[in-house]
Parts: sequence; structure tokens; C-alpha cells
Amino acid sequence: MHPDLILAAGVSSPAIADAVASAIRLTTPLLLTALGAVFTERGGVVNIGLEGMMIFGAFWSAWGAYTYGPLAGLAIGAVAGAIMALVHAIVSVTFRVDQIVSGVAINTLAYGLVRVASQALFHSATTSPSVPSLPRIDVPVLDQIPALQPLMANLSPLIVFAFVLVPVSWWVLNRTVFGLRLRSVGENPLAADTLGINVVLMRYSGVLISGLLAGLAGGYLAVEQTSMYVEGMTAGRGFVALAAMIFGNWTPVGAMFASLLFGLADSLSIRVTIPHVPYQFVNSLPYILTIVVLAGAVGHARAPAADGVPYERSGE
Amino acid sequence: MAETPLLTLTGITKRFPGVVANRDINLAIQRGEIHAIVGENGAGKSTLMRIIAGLYQPDEGQIILDGRRIQMRGPRDAARLGIGMVHQHFMLIPRFTVAENIVLGEEHARGGIFSPREAEARIRELAAQYQFELDPTELVENLSVGAQQRVELLKVLYRGASIIILDEPTAVLVPHEVEELFANLQSLRQAGKTIIFISHKLDEVLEIADRITVLRAGRVIGTVPASQATKEQLAEMMVGRPVLFHLEKPPVKLGGPPIGVLEVRDLTVLGAHRREAVSGVSFVVRQCEILGVAGVEGNGQTELVEGIMGLRPVARGKVILLGRDITGRPPSTIRNSGVAFIPEDRQRQGLVLPMSVWENAMLGYHRATEYRRGVFYDLGRIKDRVRSLIRTYDVRTPDINGRVETLSGGNQQKLILAKEMSSSPTAIVASQPTRGLDVGATEFVWQRLLAARAEGLAILLVSADLEEVLALSDRVIVMYRGQIVTEFVPGTLPATTIGEYMLGIRRDTPAPVGGEKA
Repeated sequence: MHPDLILAAGVSSPAIADAVASAIRLTTPLLLTALGAVFTERGGVVNIGLEGMMIFGAFWSAWGAYTYGPLAGLAIGAVAGAIMALVHAIVSVTFRVDQIVSGVAINTLAYGLVRVASQALFHSATTSPSVPSLPRIDVPVLDQIPALQPLMANLSPLIVFAFVLVPVSWWVLNRTVFGLRLRSVGENPLAADTLGINVVLMRYSGVLISGLLAGLAGGYLAVEQTSMYVEGMTAGRGFVALAAMIFGNWTPVGAMFASLLFGLADSLSIRVTIPHVPYQFVNSLPYILTIVVLAGAVGHARAPAADGVPYERSGE
Repeated sequence: MAETPLLTLTGITKRFPGVVANRDINLAIQRGEIHAIVGENGAGKSTLMRIIAGLYQPDEGQIILDGRRIQMRGPRDAARLGIGMVHQHFMLIPRFTVAENIVLGEEHARGGIFSPREAEARIRELAAQYQFELDPTELVENLSVGAQQRVELLKVLYRGASIIILDEPTAVLVPHEVEELFANLQSLRQAGKTIIFISHKLDEVLEIADRITVLRAGRVIGTVPASQATKEQLAEMMVGRPVLFHLEKPPVKLGGPPIGVLEVRDLTVLGAHRREAVSGVSFVVRQCEILGVAGVEGNGQTELVEGIMGLRPVARGKVILLGRDITGRPPSTIRNSGVAFIPEDRQRQGLVLPMSVWENAMLGYHRATEYRRGVFYDLGRIKDRVRSLIRTYDVRTPDINGRVETLSGGNQQKLILAKEMSSSPTAIVASQPTRGLDVGATEFVWQRLLAARAEGLAILLVSADLEEVLALSDRVIVMYRGQIVTEFVPGTLPATTIGEYMLGIRRDTPAPVGGEKA
């Protein structure tokens, strides 16, 4: 590491734990969205609309938290993401519109709808009032160790949920009939269809799961991290999550490590200042990393064989 | 054969827009027999099988299974009645294991929880029951084509099929895999299964089937017991006229000593994983000569052809056409200097399937100034030319503006021949020129190659079909692991000896062949 950089960050052990804790907080929305992306893409549907689903989730969870409390708010955010995902599924699975086109449309649509709704509900197109968060939790025992305290105390329950979801996602994909069938329609929908698997239903499921999780990730940003909705708060995280999923080779565990990497870059970019380097350069670090990682790593990764390919039954 | 048939079709007719695919078909399949359905491409075999497999519903006629009239609305209905089909194009998931591929859709999992180990155990047991050699934990992408076909067979058996339909099962297999398949089919028959086997390869049908039904133009021409049938008789039933199996291969008289046209000198070509696929191969193809390249597929033939045609970089050695070094030149240069190319995979390398017949016929000549008017193509002239080409080469297509993918395999290959021969080449590199073609189209391609030979062309013929190589070639070289292991003149070696060369059991001293070393 560059000496100036270390100087600026300050090298005491609580500071490192603090930085890691910040990285994990920033990883959480990426991880949730990336896990969702694993489900949709393993089922064969590319979902570039994750960003829009996050935006939708962020706004509606803020509204929900403001109106009914944080838990209901997060649930409403997840459902809002799933509603956007339903649109994506109808357009791209049922009507077989190009999945990228549909995803781009979702992003634009979500942005516009949220502005209108925000104006109507909060009388401001860009921000909500402050909203309540979930009560923080401490990890028992570990939170007593001073060095680990920033990591183990005063956590959003969603952080724990996101990391617990990693093995759960692996298990669902690899050890359930649903997971086997979902993966089969992502690899060879025709083969799955001839074996009586409902390709459309499976693909809808994958897309809806991704919408739920992206919506929840948006909710995390608004309700848990910022305690309000601010326009542009997703800042391209839906795309970064998509990149993390690809870098993680379409697996939950891989997506987790990739999300951590991006989360760390994110946390460095807001904590580190390097003398004589304009802060905009440091701030753009996560995005530069996204490009570099995708350009470098994608050669080794392998997408599901029918990822992004609409399935049409060749009937008579 | 006095017992009542297991499956009876009466008066089956199936129409598609513009064609009657099956016309008043009557067919009786006996319990426990291997029943072959033969016919040329487009004779209606596949349509008929799809009707039996529940994929199509007949417009007229009845299907009677075990004395009861049945109606099927889809393959699921057929599966419930114990009818399963193995498609020509496998429906497998390469990244799934053998077991996952087989149980998919019928996982028999309690509470939706899938146990790979349990599925593997079940499949291991099933494979053992029919003496199939297969590891259920292996990924399908790592399997040979023959093993993938066993997976497809097990898929059908796992679903309890008692009638198994195989659509052209040998088209994708190499000779020793065919043997394995036939052994598998025999053990299935012993287990009481009934097998319907579609093919147009008459030797195979005569070997494996109990009875043979011949279709032509959507009708049943007849059903004969295999023990009483001959290849010639079946071919005549299929094509509607006598077919030549023994080719006229007249010796060509030359004015002087034969000139070497296409020479390959110490050629080394790298294949997958940068391994040497062709190692120091040398030969000369002379005018008025067909040099056959025999060998089990995957012994460097593909790379040899691609190296010659400039489609794959040459690591060492030279390719010389009439004294000119064309090694590593771009394919267009090599073609323009007089080498016609019939690629092994006509659908992937030979044609652009979604494009029209005339566009495909133009590819390779699209830069020629004679077809231009200013900066535009002279479409009238191009289409006239294509029309005359497809007439000469008997390409049967309703419309030259139609997409090439709608043509039958035989007509696609004829179109490639027409396109390649129209440039008046001096040499032809033909790779698997009759693969997957029916008797009529095969005969046509053979006649054309022999005609080209009579006109003085030098022809390099690469084929996995040993009979084809022996029937057409003046000389034959055998490739094994990227090297030439022997050279001989057809008729001078017994088939068993040739087989030993092909399998690498026997080899001559690795010497450059073809004489004429420069």
C-alpha cells in the first residue's frame, strides 16, 4: 500500500475493524442483489433491470417504513422489487422480448415512477422524510472483544440475513428439486420442457426471486443505511451486483466474495483520501474495479448455457 | 409372428401446410422386436415417429396399443403409455451429471429435497440392470457421443418405457460406438423391450433389425423380415429405382506422367490445447486421382483439412498447389487459387443457414466483379446464374429466395457442391462429403466426385466411412494420432488389416508417402 494512503487511513486496529465493518455494510446491498441475480440467471434470464428494482425497493420501503414501520417497509420494498421483476418476466419470458431491452426499460421506468410517486406522497421528487430503522443487533460474546466490536455490535439484522442467505441459496440451487429444475431451464430449456418441466414457471420464479432480493437491497439502502430515501442512492449498485454475480461465476459463494471485494473498494473510496489526488478518482474506484474485474475475469467464468436466450416452444 | 402386435397403426395420415408427410400408413410392431423404419430424407420417417411418440397428432387414422385405441396429446401422454423416444439431437444438459440428466423432472424427492447421491445410486442400479457402461456422477459434457446416447436411452428407460423409438441413432456415432449401441439394443430386447429404429444406413439395419419397413414419399412401400432382405432390394424400395452400390471407377488415361497437384510436405498442425493434431504429414494428390484419408475420427483429419484450407495455423511444413506455396494463406486466397472445399459440417461451415439459397450460392464469389453493376450487386444476373447452378446440381428447392435451413441435408450438400465446383477448381478437399445423406444424395455426390476425377482434378477425400473411402479412392492413407501409418491401393488389403492400422495396432515405418519428394 502506498505510504500516504496508510497515513491517511490511520493504521490503528480499531480503525481497520471499522473499515472492514463499513465494507461489510456496503457489501450487504450488493450481496442481496447479486444473490438474486444468481437465481434469475441460473434460470436463464438476464436481469439488467436490477438497478431499477433496487430503486423501486428503496423508495417503497422508505414509504412503507414511514407509514407502517421498518419491518413492513422492508417487506413492501421487496414486494415492490418483485412487481418490477414481474414486469420483466412478462415482457421477456412470456413475450420473449430481448432481455437486455426489457431490463433497460425497467430501469428507466422505475426511475420515472419513483419520481412521480415521491412527488405525490412526500411532496418532493427526490427525497423522503427521515424513516425509522430496524433495531440494531449485537452478536453475543464476540461483541465483547474490543478489536471486533465494530464488526459484531450494532448491526442491521439485514446484514446477518444477507450472509445467512449465501449457504441457503447454495442449498436451494443444489439440493432441492426446485433448484435442479431452475438450473435445467437455464441450461437447456428445450430438454427441460420435453421432461415435463414448466419452463415459464421456473423462469418466472427465478426473475421474481431476483426482484424480491433487489427490492430488499434497495430497502436496506433507504431504511437501514440512510434512514431516508434519496434519489440516486442506488448509484449503479444494481449493475455492480450483476458484475459481482458474474465475477462470482454464477454461484452464491462466488457472488459473496465478489460482493465483498466491491464493498471493500466502496468503503475505501469514501474513507481514503490520497494527497494530491482529486477525490473523484478515489470515488470512482469501485466502478473502475468493476470494469477491470469483468474484463479480466470473465474469460474464466461460464454463464448458464441458455442465459439470456428466450425460450420458444417450436410447436406445430 | 402370429401373435397380436403390440402397436398397430392404421390409415395414419399427417398433413403439413403444402405437404402430406404421411399418407395412409399401416404398420404393425410386434412385442419384443427391433423394427427398423428406413427411407430417404423426407420420406416421412421422423413425422411418423413423432406421431407414435405423441409429439404430433395424426389427421386421420388410429393408433392401437395392446388392443386399445389410444390418443396422445403430448410426449407426457406417450411416456405414461410406455413410449419413449431418443431424438437424433440429444436433449441433454452438458453441465449436469448423468444422474441429474436422467432424473430431471421425475426426481422422486421427498419434500422437494434433492439428494444427488440417492439419484446416482438409483441410476447406477438402472444402468447395471441393462449392462450399460456409465458413471452416473460424471458430467455429461465429459462424455463421448456414444455415452451421451446411453444417457438418453436411460432417460427413456427410467421413465418406464417399453417401446423405445430411436431416431437415426447411428448418424452421430463412430464405428465402434455403433457396435456398443447395438449390444445395448440387444440387451434391451432380451429384457423384453420393443425397439423402433429409424435409419437410412442399410447395412446397419440389416445387422440389427428383426423386421424392416420401408417408407417412400410418405407411404409404406413394404415390410420385410431382415433375414430375407438384401441391401439392393431395400435400396430399390427406398429410392424407387435400382441403386448402384458398386461404382464404376474407370482408370483415367493421361497423356503424360501424372502431375502432382496438391502437395503436403511435413505438415504439422496444432489442435485443441495446443497439442500436435497433425504431426509431419506428407503426401501428394495427383491429377485424375482421389486420395482417400481413412481413420477413426479425431485422429487429426479435421485439423489436416483445416490446415490445408488456411482455417487453422500451420505450425510447420508446407502446402503446395501446382508448385505454388499456399501455406498459411488466407482461406479466400487458397480457394481463389483453385482449391474447392467441402467442409465436414455443412450446416456450420458450409452454409449460412438463415440466409437464402441464392445468397449462399454467392458466398465466396461475392467479390467477383462480374456480378456487380457499379457498387450494387446485379441481382438479376446472380439469380439467373444460381438458377442454372441448382438445375445442374439437382438442388431441389421451391424457391431460391427461401432459407437454406429449409432444405434437406442432401439438397444442402448439393448446393455446396454446386457452389464449389462452379469456380472450376483444380483440386477438391472434401471432408465427410456424404455424412448424414441418404442413399440417393450419397450416390449423387459420389458420381460428382468421380466425374471431377475424370476431368483431371486432384481430390483429397477425408471420410470416417471406410467403405466410402475404399469405393472412391485410387490410393488410401490411414491416419492414426496425427500421423500417416500406412498407404495402400484399395483392394490390396483385407478389411481387418485396415482396421488394425486405423486402431494403431499395426503401423508401417513412418515414412513420407506419395513419392515425389522434392
